[in-house]
Amino acid sequence: MRAHATVDIEDGEDGHAEDGAERMTQGTHDASTAAAGATRLRGEGLTLSYDRRTIAENLTVAIPDRSFTVIIGPNACGKSTLLRALSRMLKPAAGSVLLDGRDISSLNAKQVARTLGLLPQSSTAPEGISVSELVSRGRYPHQGLLRQWSREDERVVAESMASTGVAELADRSVDELSGGQRQRVWIAMALAQQTPLLLLDEPTTYLDLAHQIDVLDLCARLHEEEGRTLVAVLHDLNHAARYATHLIAMRDGRVVSSGPPAEVVTAELVEEVFGLPCRVIGDPETGTPLVVPAARRHARKPPAVKSAS
Amino acid sequence: MRTLRVGQTLSLRYRPRALVAAAGCLLVALAAGVVTIGSGDYPMSPAEVLTTLTGGGTPSQDFIVNELRLPRVLAALLVGASLGLAGAVFQSVVRNPLGSPDMLGLTQGASTGALIVVLAGGGSAALAGGAVAGGLLTGLLIYVLARRRGLHGFRLILVGIGVMAMLTGVNNYLLTRGKLMEASRAILWMTGSLDGRGWPELTPLLIALAILGPVIVIGFGRGLLMTEMGDDAARSLGVAVERSRTVLLGSAVVLVSFAAACAGPVSFVALTAPQLAKRLTRAPGPNLMPAACMGATLLVLADWVAQNLFAERQLAVGVVTGLLGGGYLVWLLATQRKAGRI
Repeated sequence: MRAHATVDIEDGEDGHAEDGAERMTQGTHDASTAAAGATRLRGEGLTLSYDRRTIAENLTVAIPDRSFTVIIGPNACGKSTLLRALSRMLKPAAGSVLLDGRDISSLNAKQVARTLGLLPQSSTAPEGISVSELVSRGRYPHQGLLRQWSREDERVVAESMASTGVAELADRSVDELSGGQRQRVWIAMALAQQTPLLLLDEPTTYLDLAHQIDVLDLCARLHEEEGRTLVAVLHDLNHAARYATHLIAMRDGRVVSSGPPAEVVTAELVEEVFGLPCRVIGDPETGTPLVVPAARRHARKPPAVKSAS
Repeated sequence: MRTLRVGQTLSLRYRPRALVAAAGCLLVALAAGVVTIGSGDYPMSPAEVLTTLTGGGTPSQDFIVNELRLPRVLAALLVGASLGLAGAVFQSVVRNPLGSPDMLGLTQGASTGALIVVLAGGGSAALAGGAVAGGLLTGLLIYVLARRRGLHGFRLILVGIGVMAMLTGVNNYLLTRGKLMEASRAILWMTGSLDGRGWPELTPLLIALAILGPVIVIGFGRGLLMTEMGDDAARSLGVAVERSRTVLLGSAVVLVSFAAACAGPVSFVALTAPQLAKRLTRAPGPNLMPAACMGATLLVLADWVAQNLFAERQLAVGVVTGLLGGGYLVWLLATQRKAGRI
């Protein structure tokens, strides 16, 4: 299922007239808001800042249900900040993040944790912890003082380890694992939380190409087979275009464009968002857009061979 | 990991090894306590001590055991348990084995409060009050100074070390201002000693531990376990990280302050107990209960050593814990250096 764009920027009366150019690319928001269908998670009028530094103002986004949404953009465009706000790691200075129509900050923390999971960019595995124990910590929001380890917990943890392919590592210490294995374990922990919505902050960073694809394939499978809504921040535009069902492209704290990859990833947009001249061709494997950066315009000519004197 | 399940609603998870470690520590502590009660100018066999404790001794034995010696052993148990628990909380929250109350200026703050009372000529009850007030105010000071966008590991340690340096200076100044009698009384107190501790010194700490122990272990212990994976990971699992951290640190500060009021600033127990407990249980996490049991054991043993090492002269328990703890600290730094972490 491909949901339509529901992202737009609502410039307030104070007016950001100079942003008009960027708004032009937003496209079809009037028509699509109605068609977008249900969105359990949305941000409205978000102003996001760390201390005094404002990252984004008046940002409005909606995550289509059952989509694999990927947020892209250049460094420091605010994409991770947006994800942190959506996952309530960062409290917006203005506006609100709505989960099922209610302000996420007003909801019970454990209750939210049963609906919305996050794979943070960096987590620390406690020294000497085993894989199965780390994964079982994902059950925390389902547990209580007298209900520390139900049969349900046991079953879900085993399933999560199986579906991420770390079941055979269950008794190993997390410290001994490779980067790719460790990322699978963290994903297994997030799965064990059993949330219909799962947010991933740069899940492929620090992994080599094969492990990046491995993790993204896993995400795609979770999205397709289990019907979870996934939201990820990715750096690699081609990965985003290949795996996402819905793209949100950001620049300077604004959503520049959003929608299905085929509509969003165009040479014009890539140039506008990343400042990178390129060509967009069809991915020979999947038919999704593939960004090929333009060759250097003034490529150095091969040095003329001086005739031996 | 083992699971105990009763029906659908009750399921408890525990580590046999941690359970055995904690129980073992407690057993050693109790045994050492019985031996300590039996030793002194009027020696008694462990059997006699046990009979007297259960109410079967002669009136004189009853007086010596239940009025004179039992409170001292109980004080050692409670002070040790409080320091072990508080140390485990601090080390877990700041994610650093050096982040113990003695390193962060809390015990120095308690000393400052006690010193002011001593120099003003206050009695022992006022001295205890001064120590509690000093510890709590120092905790508050560190909290206010370190709190920017939440309490964080490194900032808390650095601010704490700064506060510790300042308060050490203040304490030295106060000592030089005192008369000889007052100053020597103050110095004895600052070493940490269980000499002559009775029920009045013991009761406030007992109450504090009875309330805050369950708050820390039962109320926030599981959340603390999650927080060790990082604030974001814990928050996404539904832990109210900031609130839990504030309550935990606050409770630990209260425990340390009341422990100092009871026995003076006994050094290094809060630093060593959690680390030793962790090595015994081999379990990840703060190991709250084992740390408390280990602290109790360490202090009872140290007190026995202090009383019996030199036949004619008793040491203050703080001297023993200082010597042992200092040695442990050096060992910790040396091994961590080898492991490339410091």
